Amino acid sequence: MKARVHVTLKNGVLDPQGAAVAHSLGALGFDGVNDVRQGKVIELDLAETDKAAAEASVKQMCEKLLANTVIENYSVEIL
Amino acid sequence: MRAAVIQFPGSNCDRDMAVALANVAGGAENVSMVWHKDAELPKGLDVIGIPGGFSFGDYLRCGAIAARSPIMDAVVEFANKGGYVFGLCNGFQILTESGLLPGVLMRNAGLKYICKDVELRVETTASPFTSRYTVGEVVTVPVAHHDGNYSADPETLKRLVGDDRVAFRYTETPNGSVDDIAGILSANKRVLGMMPHPERRADTQLGGTDGVRFFEGIADALVSA
Repeated sequence: MKARVHVTLKNGVLDPQGAAVAHSLGALGFDGVNDVRQGKVIELDLAETDKAAAEASVKQMCEKLLANTVIENYSVEIL
Repeated sequence: MRAAVIQFPGSNCDRDMAVALANVAGGAENVSMVWHKDAELPKGLDVIGIPGGFSFGDYLRCGAIAARSPIMDAVVEFANKGGYVFGLCNGFQILTESGLLPGVLMRNAGLKYICKDVELRVETTASPFTSRYTVGEVVTVPVAHHDGNYSADPETLKRLVGDDRVAFRYTETPNGSVDDIAGILSANKRVLGMMPHPERRADTQLGGTDGVRFFEGIADALVSA
């Protein structure tokens, strides 16, 4: 069973990398990009076969390591 | 005084830290180097230093993987029992990731790696690490980091400032840190994290000695304890 975790910065947390990407897009002529937020995608290949158990386990992984919940949100997709 | 320096794969300021500690601990025999995979600390320790570097290649987030190393459980327990712990640069990142200090170190506001001398203002003398300085004194210490942009939620910041837990501020922030914060203390003032490197200004041959008193203060606290 595979899982995909999206880690994104919380609203209000300044994202200097996103701001730099937005600036660069503007320089390339892509007008109308109001804001860019950069995050991470983490793909996991799990031995678990039960969807609910997999989801619970991946959420624990996010809390303990994959995300820093001081500044980041995460979402878990079981594929 | 017995000190330990924790070594992670990618640490690169561990020996500088050990030399600075040995100079105030009465010799290198009083400083142990401890590997991150060890589960136990040496007996009779007084202080633990978490060195700078790029532990685990800064993968995932700076300090994130090191903070989950086997030895860190023992370091957290040592701190919770009132032991002295300090983290410099990557060590500060590891201490925030381990939960011993609040907040987080984000990518520098200018996105660039910064390696230069900066001026720090000493904000409190109510900790062993800063007791040999005077409040308001400006010292020169180098920084060398890509992720030193300190950030914390408004309530945490209020607590840090209100409880006299800001140890050092930049006179001019190089990295976008909130409130110009360069280093902070735990509630009991025995755990310190800072991005600048006092261990790199602890010998005239390294270009200055503004960092020496940081280490002397630790030794003072342990002698009088």
